[in-house]
Amino acid sequence: MEIVERVRQGDVRAMARLMSLIENYSPDATLALKQLYPFTGQGLIVGITGPPGCGKSTLTDQLTQEFRRGGKTVGIVAVDPTSPFTGGAILADRIRMQQHSLDAGVFIRSMATRGHLGGLAKATYDVVNVLDAAGKEIILVETVGVGQDEVEVVKTAHLSIVVSVPGLGDDIQAIKAGVLEIADIFVVNKADREGANKTVTELQAMLALGPERSEGNPPIFETVAPQGQGIAELAQGILARQAHLDREGFRQTRQRERSRALFLELFQERVTRRLLEQAIANGSLEETIERIADRDLDPYSAVEELLGKAGL
Amino acid sequence: MGEERKTRVLVAKPGLDGHDRGAKVIARAFRDAGFEVIYTGLRQTPEMIVSAAIQEDVDAIGLSCLSGAHMYLFPHVVKLLRERGVDDVLVFGGGTIPDDDIPKLKEAGITEVFTPGTPTSVAIDFVRNHVGRRKR
Ligand SMILES: Nc1nc2c(ncn2[C@@H]2O[C@H](COP(=O)(O)OP(=O)(O)OP(=O)(O)O)[C@@H](O)[C@H]2O)c(=O)[nH]1
Ligand SMILES: [Mg+2]
Repeated sequence: MEIVERVRQGDVRAMARLMSLIENYSPDATLALKQLYPFTGQGLIVGITGPPGCGKSTLTDQLTQEFRRGGKTVGIVAVDPTSPFTGGAILADRIRMQQHSLDAGVFIRSMATRGHLGGLAKATYDVVNVLDAAGKEIILVETVGVGQDEVEVVKTAHLSIVVSVPGLGDDIQAIKAGVLEIADIFVVNKADREGANKTVTELQAMLALGPERSEGNPPIFETVAPQGQGIAELAQGILARQAHLDREGFRQTRQRERSRALFLELFQERVTRRLLEQAIANGSLEETIERIADRDLDPYSAVEELLGKAGL
Repeated sequence: MGEERKTRVLVAKPGLDGHDRGAKVIARAFRDAGFEVIYTGLRQTPEMIVSAAIQEDVDAIGLSCLSGAHMYLFPHVVKLLRERGVDDVLVFGGGTIPDDDIPKLKEAGITEVFTPGTPTSVAIDFVRNHVGRRKR
């Protein structure tokens, strides 16, 4: 396939077009991804999550600048939510990343959460794989840390950064529920604001109370992103943490977990899609739903019936 | 499963004038109409706009300009797109643009120009009707 060759050479238009094909569930995307897969696995994938407005995009921008100084190429996937009411979205993360728009060593793609069948994580990682196969050395994935979907995205990165800001007590509570365990690095951004030390102390206390982690507790960095304060240390910290994980053999375990999660998502998506297509095509889906609504049939038996029809 | 193909529009504010209210109104209107809007903020050069549009693989670019520099900025965006081999992205413009300039802009490849007071729904319908033809 021509598009595969062009992506491998880092051709911007080919990469961008393939990403659209991925987002639109085109069969051509699958064909290309099959051929690109052997060339992935080189880039370091870093997930960045945190509450709305905590400074993820500004941090991404600054980290990119720092990695570019170090001569590394960077790919960015910035995910923003789709409006559940209109299906539309304003993808505005690029605003903070404009300084890189003319740098050929940086590729930025904005993505809406849509209601991705098969999960946001899978759609995101197909796009990440394009950046990876095109040779981007550091791949930063920004997602708003609100829902389970976003947590899944970060979980499938090699390294996850969880960002918080001072003065949001509830925020720390939110981190507690699920994100604490996945963080490899904590950032307390907006450290120019009152209460940064308190937030750091709270995080430390929570980590001390949390489960023992075989790879060691995650480091905590304080940053003032717009001023670039603490960014060099954070970039260093990312590479050091990755080196540490590599040394201790955690990278392999992660790769495995990552492959497992993404494969299972893909599997679910394809199976669901096939079965649904079948059921829609032969008209049984609407009929079944009607009967369930009328209490003529229970949904549990209905699913079994559908599976039975498909010989499963 | 006929997943609906989303139309992606880049809304950009080229030039040096300092407020982007108009561009934001357009961005929101397109979002509310179900589009994915890539919004890049203030003070964009044509080079930056074109680079973003290509990376984001948008179907259309909406340019908003109030500074009076539209006769340079708008055609320059089209020219840069063509130089990079892009001929399937719809470019439209808006802002304070004198009627006399509109035919010249169209000649330069700006498909449509919306002057102040045009309801956003007109621009939305326009984009809807034009991007359908784009290759997938
Ligand atoms: N005072 C202060 N403001 C900051 C800092 N970092 C970011 N900001 C500001 O916070 C606002 C939000 O920053 P973004 O980088 O867009 O935050 P985000 O987390 O990407 O936002 P969403 O993607 O909308 O969730 C901007 O106005 C930034 O200038 C910081 O360290 N200190
Ligand atoms: Mg952001």
